[in-house]
Amino acid sequence: MKNKLNLLWQLFFAFFKIGAFTFGGGYAMIPLIQREVVENKKWTTDDEILEMIAIAESTPGPIAINMATFIGTRTAGFIGAACATFGVVLPSFLIILPISYVLKEFQELQAVQFAFNGIRAGVLALLLKSLWTMYKKCPKGLVSYLLMGAAFLITAFLDVPVLVVLIGCALVGLITSYVTKRREQV
Amino acid sequence: MIFLELFLTFFKIGAFTIGGGYAMLPLIQQEVLNHGWIELESLVNFIAVAESTPGPVAVNMATYVGAIVAGDAYGGAWGVLGSAVATLGTVLPSFLIILIVAKFYQKFQQSFAVKGCMSGLKPCVVGLIGAAVLSIGGSVLFPAGLSLAVFTDMNLYISLAIFALCAVLAFKKVNPILIICLSAAIGIATGYLL
Repeated sequence: MKNKLNLLWQLFFAFFKIGAFTFGGGYAMIPLIQREVVENKKWTTDDEILEMIAIAESTPGPIAINMATFIGTRTAGFIGAACATFGVVLPSFLIILPISYVLKEFQELQAVQFAFNGIRAGVLALLLKSLWTMYKKCPKGLVSYLLMGAAFLITAFLDVPVLVVLIGCALVGLITSYVTKRREQV
Repeated sequence: MIFLELFLTFFKIGAFTIGGGYAMLPLIQQEVLNHGWIELESLVNFIAVAESTPGPVAVNMATYVGAIVAGDAYGGAWGVLGSAVATLGTVLPSFLIILIVAKFYQKFQQSFAVKGCMSGLKPCVVGLIGAAVLSIGGSVLFPAGLSLAVFTDMNLYISLAIFALCAVLAFKKVNPILIICLSAAIGIATGYLL
């Protein structure tokens, strides 16, 4: 019982930290999730994070919420999911609520602008590092590289919905696995 | 009943946007304008704030819209409840859907079909993160677009320097939270000094 409570608290607090330091939403939280959930707590692996991002991207809702719920469920069931999700949402709530009353003054704060300029460059660096660790975890091979390149080019330069890209890659993956399996059986 | 309306509206927004927070922005804008809750200008201003404060952008938007709408209707303190119901509405659909998916995923993770799809989805996600790095990189280093003028702009070199320093620290496995705090401090220091 005490262990369970401790685990729930850890889930809440890890995701509270993640929520409090994710700037710019979505992918910007990947470096933090890797640090807290994979390296520190070992609740999951980089490999599973890749799978969770794929699932989070193909289901409705903010990626941050999807990831928190997923990791929470995996670690401690329904209550775990509730604690992780509450943790990731709470910082936004605590920060935005006071700001919404003094929005004008907040926007005119020069220091906020300067800080944010710096943070964006920092987030870019963190995301680059995540890209590298994710690349290392990814299955290698011709089809893999082709899908990686295609997903990158299509999302970066064409106006195609991400869901379409994901479905396309899933189908290619499924067909390739099927063909390889057939070949092995022959 | 403004609270129920806020909850249902954000529940709908949460349930029908696939692909994360940024995909929600157009829908949030449309719903908020249709209800006549907030003027377009304030909303657009707030999007900039939602992006420059921590947390998922969609949750930030919901908290803000809830606070303003309920605060306008019943007075400031009720804004807290408005924020809470709007945020709950945004979060609930994801929460319920992932709860179900996570249960089933454990069962089917080793199945041929799921493994096959995942073998395509993993490289796809790496490509998607790559595209995010490119687009964030563009907006960080060249916020006004690419032209010859950017190369004489001091800000480009400051951003590049912060980026390079943070990249070295990130690859040395320094805690990301420290890196974010450091980048904010350098941003403030260079902003006031230069």
